[in-house]
This record gives sequence, structure tokens and C-alpha cells, in this order.
Amino acid sequence: MTEEALKDLLYKIADDLLILGHRNSEWTGVGPLLEEDIAFSSMAQDKVGQSLAFYKLLHELGEQEPDTVAFTRNADQFHNSQFVELPIGEYDFSLIRHFLFDHADYIRFSTLADCPIEEVAQVARKLKGEIKYHVMHANTWIKQLATANEEAHDRLQNSLNEALPYALGIFEPSKFEQEIIDAGVYPGEKAIEEQWKENIAIVLEEASLKLPDWDTVKPVYGGRYGKHTEHLQPLVEEMSEVFRVDPTADW
Amino acid sequence: MTLTEDKILELLKEVKDPEIPVISLVDLGVITGIEIEKNHVTVNMTPTFIGCPAMDYMKQDVVDVLNKNGIENHTVNLNLKTTWSSDLISDEGKRALKKFGLAPPPVHNNVIEDLDIIEHAECPNCDSTNTSLKSPFGPTLCRSLHHCNSCGEAFESFKPI
Repeated sequence: MTEEALKDLLYKIADDLLILGHRNSEWTGVGPLLEEDIAFSSMAQDKVGQSLAFYKLLHELGEQEPDTVAFTRNADQFHNSQFVELPIGEYDFSLIRHFLFDHADYIRFSTLADCPIEEVAQVARKLKGEIKYHVMHANTWIKQLATANEEAHDRLQNSLNEALPYALGIFEPSKFEQEIIDAGVYPGEKAIEEQWKENIAIVLEEASLKLPDWDTVKPVYGGRYGKHTEHLQPLVEEMSEVFRVDPTADW
Repeated sequence: MTLTEDKILELLKEVKDPEIPVISLVDLGVITGIEIEKNHVTVNMTPTFIGCPAMDYMKQDVVDVLNKNGIENHTVNLNLKTTWSSDLISDEGKRALKKFGLAPPPVHNNVIEDLDIIEHAECPNCDSTNTSLKSPFGPTLCRSLHHCNSCGEAFESFKPI
């Protein structure tokens, strides 16, 4: 496998984590109840820390310093899926996104944990244990809220319907897809997507939330190739505001 | 002074977790290996949580303790060669956590299927297991929030991971 292919893989994972971490942090101080405020803040902190682990791997492969990579690129240089850059919306949307995204990442890291590139496998093994708590948190809330009352159920169902096309964008195939699969690094986006569909269906059924016929859901692609919604650039600017005041500052 | 692994471990017992100052990094399982080659000491450390902001402080504390004890020829590595697990916390460490008011993590042997494992954490105040999980996320990445139905106290638990 070429280094270019590996970098592409690491960038999309890292950028997803950084951007969703930043988005989740927007719940800090305004969460619907104290425990949830803390939970979203903790998960945000986890995700930003996890992204750093991947930016460090990229730095070892010759890319720039993690801070430079995180804070000095423009939106069109990010490889995250459009799903993670969407505004936090109402709590139901953030919860559904957290559920859909973390289930996908859990499968991703489970497969990467056995990858032949030892440095990547080490990080994946570590993150698997952490993300497990994110998945369990999401499952608990989805089941409790969706079965609480009609309004809660309907809100979650609407958010699910709205989120699914973007969620499929997580699995947008990269141009190095076959090369990465052939190298035995991971089974490819298609395989992760299939497993993800099975896993989320189990929880959604328990929550009496309906999944549409997948053939009717059109994936929103583009993010992995730098095509983003109008929401990403303002996010990137806000995220890098302090860094840009004095990029040479020693914290 | 002849350096031995045991001697270095004894010295490092002085380094505590900055967020839970009753437990040493040795008892926390964060120190994963010590190598001594001639007079050069290598200390390997692994993070509890990858986003833990205290890791850099912990590493610096290890460096400071080595220097203070006249061991200046050293390398302190923070890496993921050993994946940290709460099962690595020593019995002494678990007793210290409990005394501090934090329920120690249950031994899990890498089987954590759902939140049931922390649903009824043992209350560090009254030892009751008639407790409920309030949230799997607490004030630091490694803690969860609980309520004891027996003594009525809220408490935190060190998460099994």
C-alpha cells in the first residue's frame, strides 16, 4: 500500500473526530440536563484527543505538526464526512448523529485493531475501548427517549430520517479503496457500512424507530474529497480563532 | 548506587495521578515497563484515555522524580505499546481509590458488553450495591456518576476500560 493511501485513510478518520469533537463541545454549558452536558463534553474531549493520536501518526509520515494541520487548513482541505460538520441542531439531532457516527467508528476501530500496520493497530485498539462507552451512552438514550412519549419518539424519528443520507456519507469510498483492502488494512467502507446497518437496526428496533428501505436513501457524498456544506468554514474559523491570534505561542 | 527495576518503581511510587492524588502512577498501571541498560534508564508509560489532559503532567512528574534522585541519564516514553486497562490497577491502588471516595473499577478481563457492568457499582461510602448509574461520563474522562440508594450519597466510580 502506498503512503498516499495510508495518509488518505488517516486523514479522514482524524478529521471526522476533530470536527465532531468540536461540534459536540458546543453542548458544553447548554446541555439539556447536567449529566448530558458533562457526557457530551467528555465525548467531545475524547474525540479531539483521538484525532490528535491520528494527526501524530500523520506527522510521523511526514505531514506537518498536529496543531498546524488542525488549525491552518481551509474547509476544502478537510476530509471529514459532511455529516459531522452539520450544526448541532436540537438535542434529538445531536443524539441521533452521535448514535449513528459512533456505531460506525466502533466497527472501524475494531477492524483496524487487527491491521498489519502496528502503529495504526495500537491506536485503534486503544480507541475501541473508549468508543465503546460512547456507543453504550447513545444506545441507552436512544432507547429511553424513543420509548418515553410521542413527542420524543417523533423527534428522534424525524432526526433519523434527516440524518441517514448524511450518515451514509461516512462510508464514501476513497480512491484508494481497493489498495487498502488488498493490503489487509481494513475490509473497506462497503463492509463497514453493511455491518453498521445490522448493528444500528438492532437498537432502533428496540427503540421502535423505523429504518427506511435503504434503496430510497441517497448518500450525501463529497466530504472525503473536500466538498463541504456552508457550515464547515465558519466552524473551522471559530475552532482556529485562538491559534491564529499567535501561531507561535507556547501554551 | 546500583539501579534495579524495583528501585526505580519504588521511587516512582512518589508520582501521583494529578487528578486523583491518592494513587501512584505505578499502582494505576500507567508505568508499563522499565529497562536499565548500563546506566541508562528507560521508563515506558501508556495513557489511561488518549484525550487525558493530565498525561503530559504525569510524564513531566516522572522526569522530575528521576532527576531529583540523581538519575539523569534517562528516557521517558509515552506510547501505546501496552494498551492501558483498568485491570492493571493494583490492589493497593484500588484500596486507595475507595478511600478517596471513588468506587474502584470491577475486573472485566476485556469483556465489557454493555453498561450493566457499572450499573450497580459498590458505594465507596457504605459498600452497598443497591446503587444506580446516573451517567457513564463524569468530571474526568475516566470516571462515571452514580447514586447510592442505601445511604443516599452521590459518588463517582473509576470506569472499567
